[in-house]
Amino acid sequence: MTVTQKLTMAHFRTPLFNDWCPGCGDFGILSSIQMALAELQLEPHRVVVFSGIGCSSKTPHYINTYGIHTVHGRPLPFAIAAKLANPSLTVLAVGGDGDGLGIGAGHFVAAGRRNVDITYILYDNGVYGLTKGQASPTLRRGLKTKALPRPNLNDAVNPVALAIVCGYTFVARGYAYDTRHLKELIKLGIQHKGTSFIQVLQPCPTYNDLHTKEWYAGEDRVDPDTKKPVPRLYKLEETGYDGEVKSPSEEEAVAKAVEAIKRSYEWGDRIPIGVFYRNPYVPTYDQRIASIAPIYLQSPPALQPIRTKSMKPVADVSPLFDELRVLY
Amino acid sequence: MGKNGGKKRFTLSWMIGGAQGSGVDSSANLFAYSIASAGYYVFGKREYYSNIKGEHSYFNVVAADSPVRSTVDNVHILASFDSETVFRHAWEVEAGGGIIYDVALENESLKNIPTIEERLKSEISEKLKNENVGETLRDVITVAKRRGVRTYPIPYMDLIKKTGEIIGEKQLTLLLRMVNTMAVAASFAILKADINRLHRGLSYAFRAKRAVVDMNFAACKVVYDYVKDNFSDDFPLTLPNRKNGEDLILVNGTTIVGIAKIVAGCRFQSYYPITPAADESVYIEDKQVFNLNAVSALDEYEYPHLAESKQLSEKGHILVFQSEDELAAIDMAIGASLAGIRAATSTSGPGFSLMAEGLGWAGMNEVPIVVTLFQRGGPSTGLPTRHEQADLLFAIFAGHGEFPRIVMASGDMTEAFYDTIKAFNYAEKFQVPVIHLLDKSLANSTQTIPIPSIDDVLLDRGLLINEHLEDRGYKRFQFTEDGISPRAPLGTRGAIFWNTGDEHDELGHISEDPVIRTRMMDKRMGKLELIKESIPAGDKVATYGDPDAKDWIVSWGSTKGPILDALEMLEEEGVGPIGFLQVKILHPFPAELCLETLQSARRIIDIEQNYSGQMGKLMAMESGLRPTNLILKYNGRPFTSTEIRDAVKEVLVRNTKRIVMNRGG
Ligand SMILES: Cc1ncc(C[n+]2csc(CCOP(=O)(O)OP(=O)(O)O)c2C)c(N)n1
Ligand code: SF4
Ligand SMILES: [Mg+2]
Repeated sequence: MTVTQKLTMAHFRTPLFNDWCPGCGDFGILSSIQMALAELQLEPHRVVVFSGIGCSSKTPHYINTYGIHTVHGRPLPFAIAAKLANPSLTVLAVGGDGDGLGIGAGHFVAAGRRNVDITYILYDNGVYGLTKGQASPTLRRGLKTKALPRPNLNDAVNPVALAIVCGYTFVARGYAYDTRHLKELIKLGIQHKGTSFIQVLQPCPTYNDLHTKEWYAGEDRVDPDTKKPVPRLYKLEETGYDGEVKSPSEEEAVAKAVEAIKRSYEWGDRIPIGVFYRNPYVPTYDQRIASIAPIYLQSPPALQPIRTKSMKPVADVSPLFDELRVLY
Repeated sequence: MGKNGGKKRFTLSWMIGGAQGSGVDSSANLFAYSIASAGYYVFGKREYYSNIKGEHSYFNVVAADSPVRSTVDNVHILASFDSETVFRHAWEVEAGGGIIYDVALENESLKNIPTIEERLKSEISEKLKNENVGETLRDVITVAKRRGVRTYPIPYMDLIKKTGEIIGEKQLTLLLRMVNTMAVAASFAILKADINRLHRGLSYAFRAKRAVVDMNFAACKVVYDYVKDNFSDDFPLTLPNRKNGEDLILVNGTTIVGIAKIVAGCRFQSYYPITPAADESVYIEDKQVFNLNAVSALDEYEYPHLAESKQLSEKGHILVFQSEDELAAIDMAIGASLAGIRAATSTSGPGFSLMAEGLGWAGMNEVPIVVTLFQRGGPSTGLPTRHEQADLLFAIFAGHGEFPRIVMASGDMTEAFYDTIKAFNYAEKFQVPVIHLLDKSLANSTQTIPIPSIDDVLLDRGLLINEHLEDRGYKRFQFTEDGISPRAPLGTRGAIFWNTGDEHDELGHISEDPVIRTRMMDKRMGKLELIKESIPAGDKVATYGDPDAKDWIVSWGSTKGPILDALEMLEEEGVGPIGFLQVKILHPFPAELCLETLQSARRIIDIEQNYSGQMGKLMAMESGLRPTNLILKYNGRPFTSTEIRDAVKEVLVRNTKRIVMNRGG
C-alpha cells in the first residue's frame, strides 16, 4: 500500500477533550507516541494501541489509530492475541505502573517469555493516579507521597531489571518530558522484532510531589560553579554504554543482561535513561509457531478463509473422523 | 440376568478398574472400540481421582444392540488386575455375572490397601463380617460366589511369561505392562466375542504403534485360549459379531468439541490447563494443521487478499495458546476476535470464575467470543475430576452490571458438535459472548455416535465488514434498529474505532452522558429480545416422550442420556406416559416454550446434578413455572439410567418432593 500523503503528528490526533491534569507527564508520552508513529509513516488503520485502566490508559482515545482500552492490568493479553491473530498490525500496549506491575504483574512476566512482536510502554509515576494517589509498585519504601496517610511500607520493584529477567528482548527507559529522546526510543521499540519494553518516568504533578519535573531536573541541587541545577537524568548512550547483544552467544546475552540490571539500580543522584538491553537473536513468537506450523507465516488466523461463498465451512475434518471411525 | 434375545434391548455392562497410571483408560478404549467393531453401540464412563499415579480409577462400558446413552448400576463383568478393584466393585456385579481377577492376589488384605478411604473400608469390612468371612480378596470372591457370581481367577504372571516366550521378549517390566490388555482379552473369551476385533481395538487404542499392537495381540491370544481351556463356557451373555449398518465413530466430549471448533472456523483458542477442559485444547493443538476443501468457492469480496495473491493455501491452521491464567485466556480470545477471527477459550469452574472480568468487557464492547465451559464438581477446587452441573446460574449471572450473553447447554456428543458451531454463529450474529455449557460426564465419556454430517452446516458471520468506503464516519457502536452495528476487524481501512470498558459513545469513546448511557444500555440489552426472536424453537428446547403426558421431566445438559434410557425402561415396565423437556438455550430463557409444554402438566419433575435445582429456579423466575418434584445428585458421579428410573418411580408412587441420589463409586 503506497502512502500518498506524508503522515504527520496531526494524523494521529483525535479531536477529543483530553482530561489529564494540567502539567501531567502523560501529555509528553502521548506526543512522543504520535511523533514516533508519524515518523515511521505507519498508516493509522494498521496500528492498534491497547491499554489497561488508569489515567495513562486513556491514551488510546487520544490517538487516531485503533484504540482498545481494556481491563485494569490486562492490556498485554489482549495485545498479544491480536498481534498473533494478525501479525501485519503494528501493536502497542500502554498502561500505568499499577496496571502493569501490580494487578497485571503476571501478564508482565509471561509476556517476557514469548517475544511477541509488540511494544509495551509503562507510564511510571509511582502512584495510582486515577484512584487518587495510592502507592504504586514502583514507589520506594519509606516514601510518603502527597495522598499517602503514612509512608509506604513496600519495597519498589525495578521495572527494567524485572523486564530483563523475564526475557524482554528490548528494554529501555525514557522520560516523559524529553519527548525527542522518548520518541526515538519508541521508534526503536516498534522497529525491534520482539517484545519491547519502555519504562517512562512520568511526573504526576497532582499526586507525586516527590518525583516532580523539578526533582528530575535537579533544581534542588545547584552547581556551585555554574549556579545551574544538576539534572538527575543522564543518557546511557552518552556514557558509551551499549546494551546491544552482538552475537547469538548465550554468554554474551547473559553478560549484557547482568550489566543492564546493574545499571538499572542507579537511582537518586544519577538516573540513567536510554536503551538498557537489546537482543535481536531471540526468535520471535511467530517464528516459534512457524517452526511447528510453517503455514502460520503465510496464512495467519486473520488471513485464513473459513467459509465458501455459500457459507459452507472449508476445513476438512474427515481425516479426524477417520481416526475415530468404527471399522467392522 | 437375562439371556440374549427377546425383544428387549440387549445390554452388557462391563467394568474395568485399576490404579491410575496402569492403563485402565487404554484398556477401556480397547474394549469399547473392539466391541463397537463387533457391531455394538457403546457408552463408556470414566471415573478417576485428582491424582496421576496410584489412586483407583475405573471405566464402565455399556454395550448394546441399539444406541446407548448412559451407564447402569449393575455390572455383568468386572475385569481386574489389582485387588482394590475387586474390593471396591465386586458388590456391583449381579448374580450370574463374572469377576476376572489375578489369582496371585488372593491373599491380599483389605486393611493393607492404602488408597481405599476409611469410610469405604469399614463399609466393606462390615459386609464381609456379615458373611462371616475374613478380609482378604479370597473372602470377597467367596462372598461373590455365594451370590451366584462366576469367578475367573487368572494366573497373569504365568501367562505373561508364556507370552514373552512366544514373542521372544525377556524384559519382564515391558511384558507386565500388558496385564490390562489381558484383562480385556479374558472378557472377550468369556463373552465368546471375536478375538480378531481386539486387533482393531488395539490399533485404535495405541494409534500407529505397530510393534505395541502386535505384542499386545500376542498376549491377548494367550489369555483368550487360557480362559477357553480352563473355564466352563456357560456365561449367559455372548457377544457374537453382529451387522451394524451405521457409520459410527467412537469419541469423547472433548474431542468432538475440538473437531467442531475446526469446522466452525475457530482459528484461535486460548486456555489455561484445567481438568476436564484441557483435553479439548490439547487435542486441537495436536490437530492444528488441517486440509481445506473448496478453496475455489471462496467469496473474493470476503477474502480480497486471497483473490489478489491467487495462491490459495490448501492448509488451514488453528492457533492454540496456553496462557498464563484464565484472566489472560479470555482476554486473548477477545483480542483475537477483535482481529476479525473466530476465537474461543475453554475452561472449567475455577477458570470461569476468573473469566468473569473479561466476559463483562466482551459484553460491553459487543465482541463475539465462545467460552466452552466444562463443569466439574464445585465450589472452589471442589471435585476436580468429578461430575456436576452447578455452574448454570453462575454462567448466566457472572460479571458485574448487566450485559447480554447467550448460555447454551448440550445434552450429548452429537449436540455438542452442532452446538459448538452454533455458538460461533450466535456470537458473531448477535455480537455477544456465548457460554457453551458442557460437563465432566460429557467430556470424559466415550460413545459411538453417527459421524456428524457437515453438509447442512452454515457459518453465519453476521454483520462483519472488511472495508469501509468513506474515510471517516465509521462508528463501531452505531445505533441501529436491531441494536447490531457493522463490525470491522482491527486493521480495516477507513474503520478506525475505539473500544473501552467504560460506557461509551458510538465511536467507542468514554461517555458519561446520561442520555447516551441509557441508549447504549438499551442497544446492548435489547439484543436479548432479538436473540429470543431469532433462534428457532427447536434449538431452544427439545421434547421427548408422550406430548400429552401429565407428568413431565425437565432437565438440561448431559442428564439427557440417562433420562432417555430411563424413559425407555419405564415404558417397557408400563410406567407412564412421561414427557421430557430438555432446555438447550438457558439464557435468554425460553419461558414461552416451557409454558406451552408444561402449562397443563400435573407434575414437573426437575432432574439436575446440583444441590439446589438451579434450572428449576431459573424456570420459576422466568416463567412462573415451579418444579413440583426434584431429583438431584451432587456426589460427583453422573446419574445412571437405572438410578433415574428408580427415582422417577418413587416420585410417581409417593410424590416425594425432593430425592437426592447417591449411587456410583
Ligand atoms: C479490577 C479493578 N480494580 C481496581 C480498579 C480501580 N482502579 C482504577 S485505575 C487504578 C490504578 C491506576 O494506577 P496506574 O495503573 O498506575 O495508572 P495511573 O492512573 O497512575 O496512570 C485502579 C486501582 C479497577 N478499575 N479495576
Ligand atoms: S492524577 Fe497524575 S497521572 Fe493522573 S492525570 Fe493527573 S497528573 Fe496525570
Ligand atoms: Mg501510575
